[in-house]
Amino acid sequence: MIRKIAFVGSIAAFAAILSADQDYTAFTKGLTGDQKILQALNRLTFGPRPGDVEAVKKIGLTNWIDLQLHPERIAENPTVETQAGSYAEPVPAKFLTPAQQRLLRTGPVDQAVAFLSSLPPDKAAQVLETMPAVRTRLASKLPPSFVAKVRSSASGGNEMELRRLISPQQIAMLRTGSDEDAAAFLASLPQDSAVQVLAQMPAVRKRLLPMLDADLSAKVEAAAPGRPKPGDALAEAKLLRAVESNRQLEEVLVDFWFNHFNIDASKGADKFLISEYERDAIRPHVLGKFRDLLEATATSPAMMFYLDNWQSKAGALNENYGRELMELHTLGVDGGYTQKDVTEIARCFTGWTINQPRQGGPFVYRDQVHDHDQKIVLGVTIPAGGGKADGEKVLDILAHSPATARFISRELAQRFVADDPPPALLDRMAKTFHDTDGDIRAVLGTMFNSPEFFSEGAYRSKIKSPFEMAVSALRATGATLNKPLPLVNQIAAMGEPLYRKQEPTGYPNASQDWMSSSGLMGRMNLAMDLTADRLPGVSVDSSHFAANPTESAHALLLADASKGTLDAIGAQADPQTVAGMLLGSPDFQRK
Amino acid sequence: MFGTSTAPAWLSRALYAAGTPSPRKKILVAIFQRGAMDGLNVVVPHGEKAYYALRPNLAIPRPNGTADSVIDLDGFFGLHPSLSPLKPVYDAGHLAIVHAVGSPDPTRSHFDAQDFMESGTPGIKTTGDGWLNRALTAEKSASPVRAVGLGPELPHALRGHNEAVAIGSLNDFKVRDDRGASAFQSMYESSHDQVLNGTGREAFDAVKRVQAVEKNAYTPAGGARYPNGKLGQSLLQIARLIKANVGLEVAFTDVGGWDHHVNEVGAKSTVGQLANLLTEFGQSLAAFYTDLGDRLNDVTVVTMSEFGRTAKENGTRGTDHGHANVMFAMGGGIKGGKIYGDWPGMEREQLYEARDLNLTTDFRDVLGELVQRRLGNTSISAVFPGYDQPKFRGLIGA
Repeated sequence: MIRKIAFVGSIAAFAAILSADQDYTAFTKGLTGDQKILQALNRLTFGPRPGDVEAVKKIGLTNWIDLQLHPERIAENPTVETQAGSYAEPVPAKFLTPAQQRLLRTGPVDQAVAFLSSLPPDKAAQVLETMPAVRTRLASKLPPSFVAKVRSSASGGNEMELRRLISPQQIAMLRTGSDEDAAAFLASLPQDSAVQVLAQMPAVRKRLLPMLDADLSAKVEAAAPGRPKPGDALAEAKLLRAVESNRQLEEVLVDFWFNHFNIDASKGADKFLISEYERDAIRPHVLGKFRDLLEATATSPAMMFYLDNWQSKAGALNENYGRELMELHTLGVDGGYTQKDVTEIARCFTGWTINQPRQGGPFVYRDQVHDHDQKIVLGVTIPAGGGKADGEKVLDILAHSPATARFISRELAQRFVADDPPPALLDRMAKTFHDTDGDIRAVLGTMFNSPEFFSEGAYRSKIKSPFEMAVSALRATGATLNKPLPLVNQIAAMGEPLYRKQEPTGYPNASQDWMSSSGLMGRMNLAMDLTADRLPGVSVDSSHFAANPTESAHALLLADASKGTLDAIGAQADPQTVAGMLLGSPDFQRK
Repeated sequence: MFGTSTAPAWLSRALYAAGTPSPRKKILVAIFQRGAMDGLNVVVPHGEKAYYALRPNLAIPRPNGTADSVIDLDGFFGLHPSLSPLKPVYDAGHLAIVHAVGSPDPTRSHFDAQDFMESGTPGIKTTGDGWLNRALTAEKSASPVRAVGLGPELPHALRGHNEAVAIGSLNDFKVRDDRGASAFQSMYESSHDQVLNGTGREAFDAVKRVQAVEKNAYTPAGGARYPNGKLGQSLLQIARLIKANVGLEVAFTDVGGWDHHVNEVGAKSTVGQLANLLTEFGQSLAAFYTDLGDRLNDVTVVTMSEFGRTAKENGTRGTDHGHANVMFAMGGGIKGGKIYGDWPGMEREQLYEARDLNLTTDFRDVLGELVQRRLGNTSISAVFPGYDQPKFRGLIGA
């Protein structure tokens, strides 16, 4: 077969690469005391804020790391507690009684239509938006005049939504200002923000559409009016927490573990399930036992839906979850499993499903669709008749596999230490994982206290992701996040749409993948807009920026800027421009 | 294991001379359909009894003249009805189809299979650069926009020692603040950080060319209407760059969402997830075809997806990860109106591991032929390392 012929060359080349030893000597060279503090702040937080270095020095670096590993001992920033909860995902119409919901779903059509038409248009719009089955069943049966009212309620006059995007003054200017000014303002916004603003302002949209450039007007026309994108609300809360939370490591870990167990808000019911997924399945376990985290994701309706397991039945398998559970969640793609293992695991998880999935129902195990025969998973026989315990057994096998200890250690080290972490460190992390029965806090402890973590090989070796770059810039300048959505959109345009990574792989932990010409332009524009205080949704107090580039670099980079950066900035008189150039410089793109 | 820590290869890159517009070159546009397209429901073997036996709920009805049935091509294969915009292109001889084609590596991991197909080295995870970058020949004065990926990130296929840029959209591709633009250019060009220096140089060189194109309004020719989705808008921007003669040689774009484990086909064949994607796909390619007109003589489009899907439908009105798939080649030099490749059959004993369509053409047979006979790069073993016995299918006319 062709396959065999092609493989002769492949194996030879692969062997050649494997035999070429990587040079890890840079991981044996230590850092100065100040470098160590900066390294810890860059990796355990989303970037240092003014005063952070002093705070670490005050309690000592080791104590500070230990404190970050115990977020419950850190008083949370009141801003996070009061604001993060205000960004709520749409939920299936909670204002309806169960009887009313039943009527809409399964009651006589004429009665259901009559009831829906009796609701205020905004409530009816919410019902149709959040209950797709009801929309399918009834939308075509509603009186056209009522549909028009519902539509205008959903697409126009949503002042709250609008105020999340731009200020009241800007709203007024779009309504009453000259066409030229209004079009220029829209052009200055990130495109997604401009699209969303216009989606909330039908009259302005109509008036200005002919004046927009072709690219933007195509997007405006394509956008369904008035619909925020799935995951937007959670992304706003994420951005706020990343900038403001005092429990920085916990937020970094929520980001890491969500990405490890990635789901996509754009996929059907996950739009409604994603907030509780992060809150209930990921967040409580980010420093806990890996087995608990694995179980929490395996029994979450969001994951069941995302990887299709909720529909997998005995004799009518769906392999999607079984495969990704091994490849991405536990063993890693080289973890030594076969297609047969994928199928056997899928059989073990039959019956792990969701009660009323389209209405955001909970996880449920249904014995009647479970495959009750014997299975053999990775050489372990799972006897017939195990029921729900079959899946539990699989999670046990996978969580305790040496391949999992190694794979999770590598993923963590790639995120926190270096794109190509030294094998000696991975060995020690995997040993801790094994010795502590997968205690994530202990594995992190091994990593953060290792000489490799505080080495030249790790220091400034990682390029920030677009999200990390944006958040670290806000933190470095002490900026205030008033309306997160425009920045969420800008981060998406730089290549990292939050909660909308379609593939189960999540985003890469290896940071060089984030470097691109387009992304670089986005970073430079973000830096200049931020320090000039014209970044939508963000305000910055520029009065403390220094005019002297060297001085400004010390305040923003917490280190000397490179000579090339200082030379290029030259003698700019304007402190805002100096600060913007520093944040857009090569120096600030690394952490 | 994924990627290497060696110094970026563009350190050794020859500098090009800026200035004069490049002469018209042959252009290769690669489209990646991420998620593993179900090739059996895209170019349907309607003459294959087993196809209908294996897919009682998902099969596209045999050609019967109705709008929901297969559009027959040669009495055995036919197009999914949502690809009707491509039928005239096929009939005009500008569209060729290769069936039972794909990567010889047996992986059913999306991530690995995509990576292998972009690196051009199936089975090898350490290849840092991509086949489309290696397909470019060394030039002293190549254009800074000779290789363009549409999207915010540079795809693996385009990474490597030849200059290649990622462009999200033409009109956002610049530093808006003029003072900032010149300072940033200077600091990135002088940076000792190899990665940022390399990316920065490429970016600023490309910005100049792109902004010269962007400032002119653009109307697609021949009344072509590109769909608003990502693929349509990407092809629109590629068409702009091609017609502006900026020296484009290779372009890459992708379209996701093909991983249809559940509800692949709706109540009839022309509704549902697969039909929606194919509608956008067919309209996008047809618009590009119309828009380019005679210029298509210089341009070849090729499509690929990481692997195919199970021959048999699964228990959830979908298909799981499979093996061989289908590729399209459209445009200049293509001997179209024909389906290439040997058909392996779909009876149980003919299937790969008794479940998936078997492979009879290596994807590198297709890409290699385009690289050699269109781009004129004859070092196929350098473009596809370890691929020593190319078996070109004869897609390109002599």
